[in-house]
Amino acid sequence: MSRAIEDTKKMIDEVLEVYPEKTKKVRAKHIAPNDPSGQCASCQVKSNVKSRPGVMTVRGCAFAGAKGVVWGPVKDQITISHGPIGCGQYSWWARRNYYNGQTGIDTFGTMHITTDFQEKDIVYGGDKHLDAALVELKELFPLAKGIGILSECPVGLIGDDIEAVAKKKVKEFGMPIVPVRCEGFRGVSQSLGHHIANDTIRDHILGKGKLETSTPYDVALIGDYNIGGDAWASRKMLEEMGLRVIAQWTGDASVNEMGIAHKSKLNLIHCYRSMNYICRHMEETYGTPWLEFNFFGPTKIYESIRKIAAQFDDTIKVKAEAMIEKYKPKMDAVIEKYRPRLEGRTVMLYVGGLRPRHTIGAYEDLGMEVVASGYEFGHNDDYKRTYEVMKEGALIIDDATEYELEEFTHRMKPDLVGAGIKEKYTYHKMGVPFRQMHSWDYSGPYHGFDGFGVFARDMDATVNSPTWDLIRRKK
Amino acid sequence: MRQIAIYGKGGIGKSTTTQNLVAGLAEAGHKCMIVGCDPKADSTRLILNRKAQNTVMDLARERGTVEDLQIEEVLLTGYRGIRCAESGGPEPGVGCAGRGVITAINFLEENGAYQTDTDFVFYDVLGDVVCGGFAMPIREGKAKEIYIVTSGEMMAMYAANNISRGVLKYAQSGGVRLGGLICNSRKTDKEFELISELASKLGTQMIHFVPRDNEVQRAELRRKTVIEYSPEHAQAEEYRVLAKKIADNTNFVIPTPITMDELEKLLMDFGIMESEEVLA
Repeated sequence: MSRAIEDTKKMIDEVLEVYPEKTKKVRAKHIAPNDPSGQCASCQVKSNVKSRPGVMTVRGCAFAGAKGVVWGPVKDQITISHGPIGCGQYSWWARRNYYNGQTGIDTFGTMHITTDFQEKDIVYGGDKHLDAALVELKELFPLAKGIGILSECPVGLIGDDIEAVAKKKVKEFGMPIVPVRCEGFRGVSQSLGHHIANDTIRDHILGKGKLETSTPYDVALIGDYNIGGDAWASRKMLEEMGLRVIAQWTGDASVNEMGIAHKSKLNLIHCYRSMNYICRHMEETYGTPWLEFNFFGPTKIYESIRKIAAQFDDTIKVKAEAMIEKYKPKMDAVIEKYRPRLEGRTVMLYVGGLRPRHTIGAYEDLGMEVVASGYEFGHNDDYKRTYEVMKEGALIIDDATEYELEEFTHRMKPDLVGAGIKEKYTYHKMGVPFRQMHSWDYSGPYHGFDGFGVFARDMDATVNSPTWDLIRRKK
Repeated sequence: MRQIAIYGKGGIGKSTTTQNLVAGLAEAGHKCMIVGCDPKADSTRLILNRKAQNTVMDLARERGTVEDLQIEEVLLTGYRGIRCAESGGPEPGVGCAGRGVITAINFLEENGAYQTDTDFVFYDVLGDVVCGGFAMPIREGKAKEIYIVTSGEMMAMYAANNISRGVLKYAQSGGVRLGGLICNSRKTDKEFELISELASKLGTQMIHFVPRDNEVQRAELRRKTVIEYSPEHAQAEEYRVLAKKIADNTNFVIPTPITMDELEKLLMDFGIMESEEVLA
């Protein structure tokens, strides 16, 4: 074992010391020093299991995964939060998935639609209520291209047959009505919600869209939720390198796009965690290959562009190189401006989906080092992809508790912490520079050439803000 | 005020027994109330002499919420001043009847249905204890006494034992106690002895053995209790005896449920079920 690994191991043991014996034993399996070589058997973290009771986790639920992440951004579908009002209210456009369209006319992304269950719906069942809601929605919004019924906990508890209601209305309305059984009590985190949502795309939408013509350069952009315009930044680049983006899942997506992605020549997947299921399905069923890529920061962007171009003929390869050449000076200018202000600074990340590993390259481009990273709801395959991009001895942490995050922050003293809204104010009070990295802290885009400049500016503004010193001095 | 819950296997005769015995209590001068906790809403028809009354949940559904109801609309008075309420609820296969029971009882409580001059409140509860909602009547501050209606049929005994388990849970956390088994005879072999034995195994008593008599059905067809329909009949007297036994009962216990094996052994001991060795 190297020195770096040993030191981190020692720190982890110290942090866990305060826990009761059983908790300590369980949590120890989820926190480890990084070992890119794979030699250290105890350095593989355990993941995707139930959180320990009694410690605060920041995980979400299956409803959050299915509605908040996957289905919510589909713009011309009406997404119903089916059940009592809270789940819909608190997941109301929380991720800033931008879209083009006339809200309330042909797109519905920022609208909050719920069946608002009352006591009588629980006692007598909500199916008739749901049926009435579907009829009302169809009348109010004739341009809607589909309706998603996202099931909240009580619907699953009382056993409502939302599938039967949906099936009946599909015939009447002639459009997809998708029942999604994403009750929050299912699974250990939002991750199962992604999977359930993927399965409903497969069962109700995929293969049913229309694509007039095909070209050899058709691709689908999968797992980009257009947070702060991310997908637009990425799409622009793919188009500039000569590809045709036939579908964008699910940021700024239409129901039709959701139905034609299998016709692409290559599925490009950004957020692997939330959409790998459907990519695997398209590969197995339609033979559509898929490729993971990373559009955070110029190093990874150039690498990804070349990796994507390599799947196509020379016309694409030539355009790809031309594009890199065209944007490189712009990227270099960003680095030149911000790197001196950020060089040598350390970062601790605790986020979800693809960010704990995908943003590392962007920080490195700015001279920063990610010394700790973890996933709220990652699986083994996410961690495998993470070990190799982090330094030996870096801290890897799965399903962290608030105590652990605070304690590691005190010990590691990172210059920047990137996590979610639940952690944000704790860090503000601690006087530690913090970015909310779930929806880019009301900023963005962070993807692609457009995004990197914004990313660099935001990190600089956060790390070098004089505010933190003022907070700290107060103590 | 004594609050009493009646449980038992579906179809065992809980509603009929409850209404007849309550009629007996009323006849003896006690002020009584019946709260039906079953979506079928058939717990009060023999007292009210009518098909079915407006239930709390059905009216709440019509109006929108339970807050829109007046207590008089759902609390009716029948034979000898017995006050009747039904929780109501969904048809089989949809929704959550248990939640309906919770909502209805809360409504009755909040709106003063439990008057201080009432001597007995009876909860007639659907089937087995299937979920938390059907345990509502025996939770904190409500029924402290439970009677289980059973018969010599194995599944009725199985249900009685299972209900005892539910009672045990609430007996430990609250003050609920088992007052006895009521045997509603199905004329099975050695029924009296068998249920007496089951009762003693559960640590309780068979409070009364109600014989089977067609007069009950004749009265039911006319939407009446036997006591009202044919007060002179021997069966009416049986219910009066049951009523008196319950009124005078002081034998309240925390039940000692038995295992499935023990229950089967009991049946074998009485020669009702042959042992597997004998069959082989």
